[in-house]
Amino acid sequence: MKLHELTAHELSERLASGEVSAVEVAEAIFARIEEVEGQVDAFLALTRDQALEQARQVDDRRAGGEKPGALAGVPIGIKDVLCTKGVLTTCGSRILEGFRPPYDATVVRRCRDAGMPMLGKTNMDEFAMGSSTENSAYKVTRNPWDLDRVPGGSSGGSAAAVAAGEAPVALGSDTGGSIRQPAALCGISGLKPTYGRVSRYGLVAYASSLDQVGPLARDVRDCALVMNVLAGRDPHDATSADIPVPDYVAGLTGDVSGLRAGVPRELMGEGIEPEVKAVVEAAIGQLAELGMAVEEVEMPNLDYSLPVYYLVAPAEAASNLARYDGVRYGHRTEEEVADVYDLFAKSRGEGFGPEVRLRIMLGTFALSAGYYDAYYLKAQRVRTLIKQDFDAAFADHDVLISPTSPTVAFGIGEKADDPLQMKLADICTIPVNLAGIPALSIPCGMAEGLPVGLQIMGRPFEEDLILRVGDAYQQATDWHAKRPAL
Amino acid sequence: MAPTHGAVRRARLPVAGRLRSSRMPVIEQLPIPSPSQVMLMALEPLVGLEVHVQLATDSKMFCGCSTQFGAQPNSNVCPTCLGLPGSLPVPNRRAVEYVIRTAAALGCTVAKRCRFARKNYFYPDLPKNFQVSQYDEPLSFDGHIDLNVNGDEVRIRIRRAHLEEDTGKNLHLASGSSLVEYNRCGIPLMEIVTEPDFTTAEQCREYLTQLRLILRAIGVSNANMEEGAMRAEPTVNLRDPETGEATPMVEIKNLNSIRSVYEAVRYEIERQRQAVAEGREDELFQQTRRWDEANGATALMRRKETSDDYMYFPEPDLVPLEPDPAWVEEIYASCPELPAARCDRFQEQYGLPEYDARVLTESREVADLFEATCERFEGAAKIVSNWVMGDVMSLLNEAEVAVADSPVTGEGLAELLALIEESVISGKIAKDVLAKMFETGKGAREIVEEEGLGQISDTGELEAIIDQVIADNPGPAEDFRGGKDKAIGFLIGQVMKATKGQANPGLVNEIMREKLG
Repeated sequence: MKLHELTAHELSERLASGEVSAVEVAEAIFARIEEVEGQVDAFLALTRDQALEQARQVDDRRAGGEKPGALAGVPIGIKDVLCTKGVLTTCGSRILEGFRPPYDATVVRRCRDAGMPMLGKTNMDEFAMGSSTENSAYKVTRNPWDLDRVPGGSSGGSAAAVAAGEAPVALGSDTGGSIRQPAALCGISGLKPTYGRVSRYGLVAYASSLDQVGPLARDVRDCALVMNVLAGRDPHDATSADIPVPDYVAGLTGDVSGLRAGVPRELMGEGIEPEVKAVVEAAIGQLAELGMAVEEVEMPNLDYSLPVYYLVAPAEAASNLARYDGVRYGHRTEEEVADVYDLFAKSRGEGFGPEVRLRIMLGTFALSAGYYDAYYLKAQRVRTLIKQDFDAAFADHDVLISPTSPTVAFGIGEKADDPLQMKLADICTIPVNLAGIPALSIPCGMAEGLPVGLQIMGRPFEEDLILRVGDAYQQATDWHAKRPAL
Repeated sequence: MAPTHGAVRRARLPVAGRLRSSRMPVIEQLPIPSPSQVMLMALEPLVGLEVHVQLATDSKMFCGCSTQFGAQPNSNVCPTCLGLPGSLPVPNRRAVEYVIRTAAALGCTVAKRCRFARKNYFYPDLPKNFQVSQYDEPLSFDGHIDLNVNGDEVRIRIRRAHLEEDTGKNLHLASGSSLVEYNRCGIPLMEIVTEPDFTTAEQCREYLTQLRLILRAIGVSNANMEEGAMRAEPTVNLRDPETGEATPMVEIKNLNSIRSVYEAVRYEIERQRQAVAEGREDELFQQTRRWDEANGATALMRRKETSDDYMYFPEPDLVPLEPDPAWVEEIYASCPELPAARCDRFQEQYGLPEYDARVLTESREVADLFEATCERFEGAAKIVSNWVMGDVMSLLNEAEVAVADSPVTGEGLAELLALIEESVISGKIAKDVLAKMFETGKGAREIVEEEGLGQISDTGELEAIIDQVIADNPGPAEDFRGGKDKAIGFLIGQVMKATKGQANPGLVNEIMREKLG
């Protein structure tokens, strides 16, 4: 196998044994990027020099007798929503054209400290708003399984890069499914951790109460490895939890017998493509064969997830995105302006794409006097009901199972003019963000020749358990080992 | 938050309906009486004050940047207070403590659980284009300050004291361009809002004076209005006590001293009274006015057609604030005696005149120095008061030394005053000794002994000097004998001169009169 085809844990073993050097790994990955990036367009910026320098440092440390950690020398792609000191960070938006943050996001620093060379910044829907990566202001990323199809979104660049062998692992962010849905559509594994498990400091905010950073990787074991680096309290993030972090790799025992799984009826009903549903049902059967007790559960409030999400997330976004005004950084209009408010309006009008503008307007409306109680406040109340549905379901189930996405990857441009259809792509993933719980997406079969994702949801801070279930499934199957032919 | 003269609540009425709500009647609903009607004279002013206080913490509200005043522009900044993409706020525990301390001093209740909220509006001095503040869940509420204004007891109710972050500053250049300075951005700000309980400008002045004293006494702010560490915005309108109907609310801005608040409120009450009296309704509408110091008048800044919509919502980047009850209790228990109470006690316990008591209690440190001296000094408290207010303060002021850092302690001052009481030194010599104490940090007795400054009270020694002075000045001696009592002053002066001020003046007087008699 070529170096770019290996998983992070396979690379880790070869690096530790001295079979390969970190520089060799980085060079092999960059060679692969050179080979396929023209077809995939996963990256917005490449940081080759920096990556090779980091790789050299890891090799030097190993040569000096140090044992620098499991992922030292394993390169990583970083979604462009994460601040990288001195390196272009645009969030896929014109309004942040040329923006180089003066600081690293906590997760970026943690990866750096773990000795993971940064390959570059991956493409995304503008400000993480979208499910296809078509909303990027810069380029359209293509699904490595079928270049005429989308990779999903908003972390489409990260997912496509991992699937195409352009990165062994990558970081994404997930507000309504933005790690899990592209992972599913690209046939890889992706984890959205519990809200508060991973620091959001340096993650450019879309919806602060929903955003979480997590890994995209070729298998669950790699997700666990990266989680060992990412998870933990950060004094810079007041919402990060001060709860002990287990060793996620040590938790991958392969034993899931006796675990109780629930399948929410609301996530297996209308809207799920029959072929996808069939694949997911087969995967659930496989879990039962591994010794899990599976039964259907009812979670009636999940039906309201989409409207609740499209009030809460845009409201927070409208406020979070107010800072892009052309005064301090990013895009400033070159038109004549009458006054400072005109400067704000023109800069923002030019800098934001249509989907972002739409959500800002939606959020502004939801927060406005006279509408707040009817929309934002009501949505927060329903959000509490959704959480209570999960609490009830988790009272007698250890994990919940559903499809990740109701469809396989759709064609580029296919849903661009149908915003509602586009938003339905997140119908299975959004409830997880509203409840703040962790969820994993793993490949579980093929439909129409394209990957299908299985979503495994867990109780708050039980990432270890859902990772164990996902890993056990991957030990028994080989869907995760399938690679697109590029 | 702009004060509304009504209960704090989530007013999410459609904007058009809000103006017509009962708590903010429009002018059309107020029957304008003719000047001859007695009712007019009964219109009572309703004045409320919203005060912003910069808290004297070392670091900012949500980041570790310094709060130092007067630093190089845009040097006390970081990703968080600049609102850079991806930055997050972390609350300053000390700032929370200072609000709780203020709550204790103002008799407020501290919320068991409260939240920060985002106040959304666009302005270049606000880098996130929202301010982290508090809205429907303030940290503390329902307190009061009791004032004594011209002998009348007035209770001003405090509606709330909450926590927020300060904004930056815009500097407009003559060239037409503007600069933005973010050092101030993110400094912890406490907002204290009263009910509209003031009926006169004098009450406003006394309230601000007392509030400033309290804030300084509890050490939460230097409350300096000129530096902008304390900012006051009054709201003024008039109400008919019979019908309860009121004129539209006027907010006044650009006030940078207690005096200007006093003058602006006085002016505005009168302006509104006259407008009503003369039937000029068109001048009475909801508006923001600017105090024009040079003209001594308020001037229209902007009409407020609708109430501002700040789209408040709970700040999702922060978890709810739940101060530990034991901690709150501890802060309440350690709340020091407040200046007004201490002023009363000084008059009672030490028999001081009101003036002295007030001056001494204006600063907690000065009052402490006074009491520490009294504790060790057996003479009259008024003597201590005179020395503290006089020589001690002027030496400190000259040297620009804070009272807390004074090299002369209460103990040291008591020792000096005891030397006067014991007639070891004169009051005049004592002034020099005090200056030396400041300079050297040495004790009074040590200085007096080292420099031989003890008074000459040896009658034999004094008699010889007096004889000599009488002999040298036969003219004045003769004048005295001839009945010119004043002439003795000159002769005593000569004795003091000959002894370099060390003669005991009382004793000299006595012996001189004997000899000339």
